[in-house]
Amino acid sequence: MDTSLLFENATVLLPEIVLAVGVMVLMMVDIGRRKQDGSGALAALSIAILVLGVGASLLIWSRPPAEYLGGAVSDGFALSVRLVVLIAGIFGVLLSRNYLPAIERQGGAFYSLFILAVIGMMLMGTATNLIVLFIALEIFSLALYILSGFHRENPRSVEAAMKYFLLGALASTFFVYGSALLYGAGGSTSYDRIAATISSGGGNLALVWPGVALLLVGFGFKVSLVPFHMWTPDVYQGAPTPVTAFMSVGTKAAAFAGFLRVMMVALPSLYEQWAVPVAVLAVLTMTVGNLAALRQSSVKRMLAYSSVAHAGTILIALAAGTPAATSAAAFYLFAYAFMNIGAFGVVIVLEGRGEGDVGQDRFNGLGTRYASLAVAMAVFMFSLSGIPPLAGFFGKFLIFKAAVEADLAWLAVVGVLNSAISAYYYLRVVAAMFFREAEGEIACNCGPAINFSLAVATIAVVVIGLQPGLWADLLRGL
Amino acid sequence: MLSVLTFLPLAGAIIVLIAPSDGIKKALAFGAAVATFVVSLLLLPGWQDVPDMQFVERYDWMPGLNIHYHLGVDGISLWLVVLTTFLTPIAVAFSNQHVKQNVGGYLALMLLMETAVLGVFLALDLVLFYVFWEFSLIPMALLIGKWGSENRVYAAVKFFLYTLAGSALMLVAILALYFQTGTFDLLELQRMGVPAGLQQVGFLAFALAFAIKVPLFPFHTWLPDAHVEAPTAGSVILAGVLLKLGTYGFVRFALPLFPAAVADYSSLISILAIVGILYGALVALAQRDLKSLVAYSSVAHMGFVVLGIFALNEQAISGAVLQMVSHGLSTGALFLMVGMLYERRHTRLLSEFGGLWASVPIFCFFFLVVALSSAGLPGLNGFVGEFLILIGTYRSTPLFAVLGTVGIILAAWYLLHAFRKVAQGALENPANFRENLPDLNWKEIWQLVPIVVLFLVIGLAPNLFLSKINPSASALADLQMPVERGALIVDLPDLTPLIAENGLLTAGR
Repeated sequence: MDTSLLFENATVLLPEIVLAVGVMVLMMVDIGRRKQDGSGALAALSIAILVLGVGASLLIWSRPPAEYLGGAVSDGFALSVRLVVLIAGIFGVLLSRNYLPAIERQGGAFYSLFILAVIGMMLMGTATNLIVLFIALEIFSLALYILSGFHRENPRSVEAAMKYFLLGALASTFFVYGSALLYGAGGSTSYDRIAATISSGGGNLALVWPGVALLLVGFGFKVSLVPFHMWTPDVYQGAPTPVTAFMSVGTKAAAFAGFLRVMMVALPSLYEQWAVPVAVLAVLTMTVGNLAALRQSSVKRMLAYSSVAHAGTILIALAAGTPAATSAAAFYLFAYAFMNIGAFGVVIVLEGRGEGDVGQDRFNGLGTRYASLAVAMAVFMFSLSGIPPLAGFFGKFLIFKAAVEADLAWLAVVGVLNSAISAYYYLRVVAAMFFREAEGEIACNCGPAINFSLAVATIAVVVIGLQPGLWADLLRGL
Repeated sequence: MLSVLTFLPLAGAIIVLIAPSDGIKKALAFGAAVATFVVSLLLLPGWQDVPDMQFVERYDWMPGLNIHYHLGVDGISLWLVVLTTFLTPIAVAFSNQHVKQNVGGYLALMLLMETAVLGVFLALDLVLFYVFWEFSLIPMALLIGKWGSENRVYAAVKFFLYTLAGSALMLVAILALYFQTGTFDLLELQRMGVPAGLQQVGFLAFALAFAIKVPLFPFHTWLPDAHVEAPTAGSVILAGVLLKLGTYGFVRFALPLFPAAVADYSSLISILAIVGILYGALVALAQRDLKSLVAYSSVAHMGFVVLGIFALNEQAISGAVLQMVSHGLSTGALFLMVGMLYERRHTRLLSEFGGLWASVPIFCFFFLVVALSSAGLPGLNGFVGEFLILIGTYRSTPLFAVLGTVGIILAAWYLLHAFRKVAQGALENPANFRENLPDLNWKEIWQLVPIVVLFLVIGLAPNLFLSKINPSASALADLQMPVERGALIVDLPDLTPLIAENGLLTAGR
């Protein structure tokens, strides 16, 4: 093999390479430092590594799309997904800064796993080959299994990790099996080749359909589509909240990126056949997610079901299956990163030591005690329910627009009706904060890192909403 | 100019929030509201009596999607804009006097509300319109939920969800319009015409959103809750301005965009409007709480406005637009006066009052004037709009006009019934005695005087207003298609020559 190929176009993976080197440095530093140190330095180093990753992504942003060894590509969509994942990672680290000391855990391994997960997620968006896709999936999944159980003293956290691991491993087997069948049908693991074989009528459709179905289960698990969403509330509730915040956005972005690319690059000629099942899944996911969220009293579980519903909304983009729909999905995920992580951030502030459950009554009277925190939460809630002029509205707007343009107006109707339902449970939080009085003191686990990230997220949600055009141009689809 | 007008209250809201003390906050909020009013009056000197949009501003907002920041004002929106900027300082003044808890937040929300409403009245891009339309829910829901009375949380949530769900389908209709025509711009859409395939669906989606906002019977159930629980200034803005968003939506969007569907559904909507007029009036008559009486009277009065709009001719549309302004003033004033009474007695039950003329004559004098204006006494504002609506309706469907007239009679009945219960009779309840119940003070009188002056101006010189409304209303009426209402035509004498001789019809020109 010609080794020069290894370095040709290696810049495609520059952000991943930067982060991988960063992780190694981080682990060295962790080993070298004395045990009693606080983990502030490690958090700062992790942030620096992730910011370098953002820098590397922006550096290759303006380059023409290139492919690396037939397995990874740097097109606009890959870069958009990278940006979303990196943002989620940076916020996740910032939110963990106060949380780790509160649960008396050391940070070295935590931050290393965090960045590893980011690397896997970024790879998901670039992969153009089923094997690369699977490796990427496993990199971030394994890291997340461990991170979910990081709060060892909390049985819920351990339960979450166990549940996530077992079900996740099962989903991975579905995924691998599906890939194998597609390989059998298409004669290659590369998306382009599979597409070429199938569109020329060469693929064995008896292998393709089971393959696609199994892949769908695998992805469906990762982005928590109904009926593969059962793990979501338990894991979101049990995992350390910064991890939940990070994975709710990061996993979704990564898995949707992989999902959209497989379906639209490898299997575009079968769009007519998979569009309908995908649309049905979208309807199911939105509706079940929203109806279940209505019934939750724990805010973390409510946000978990709300994230199921949001997955359904993003799935509309896949059902539409147009380039405009994928850029809408990229925009949606970008907006979702700020509003969802922000919402979890507020939960972290109220959670204190991370043991009990944050019920809705914990928000009572927040508006009078901590006005700016309550305003931030209100902005996140209104944005999640899609009220203009906030970021979430334009995410939904673009997705519904893509659906209407793909002649799926009925799906857009289901989508808007679901947003109206979702407004109820988001509004309940707002009502608790502003319309009710607090009973007793509200514990507030604030710190500069978390205050900063909440402020940034709030401003981002408002600015993206007021100037959506800027970001819609920046974030690109397939 | 229009941007300044729209965002001046927002700037005021931000300054109010960061101002140090309550006193300064109050002064700043009032100052911002008055300044906005002054800016809105600056529209008048350069006004031209043409149907076109004036003071237009158009910039790219999302160029990739052809969404523009597009503002403009014409004869239909002009007076609604001025009504908004006129009522807000009055509502702020009332709140400055009475709101105790967290007054800064309250005033900031009032000003935010003003920005949202002005945005709705001025937006000419469907997406921009939708953004302002939906955004207007947030400050109002917060005002009701935080500063309302006992059942406020329920009322706020109901108000928010009801109106939100109503406008959800409008968003899809907007997207479908864009998909078919490639533009979100109202004026361009109007020029191109909406394709026949979208007329029906599009109209229904828009009409649902507007009908809930108006509220048109049977979508009115959120209104009594919201009104009764809302704080006084919130009610003033809700009744005075927010309800007009619905009728304005019909005039601005439904009529010009979907003339074919409007022709098909105008009878149905007119009938719903009449049911609303009669139902609202009868329910108002049965209320024991003064505030819910006024709330139901809004259902009836807004039914009148809708009836006028869907008569689809110039007089009726002009009358409807003027009636929107009149209703905003009259009902705003009624809520204000109910609030003044409530601040003194902490009750609104009619049975608690009686004979107040003996103890608080100034209050009762204003109350009588406001009630008469709401009842449509000639010489005051309510008469002109109602009269034009009835003429226009008579010309299209005489039966509707006859039924509408019954509504006017009922309106006079329940309003004078309210006045009689409050002001006349024997002064028996000791809590109402002069020494326990102070009359209006100067601050309160100054909140009411400007409204009463406008009552007289509109009532005696309606042409000042109509001359600016008419060109746009007439252009709009010309867009409409003839409506077949064969089954509803009852043989009634043709009054048109009589009306023409009467002069009021021509006065309207």
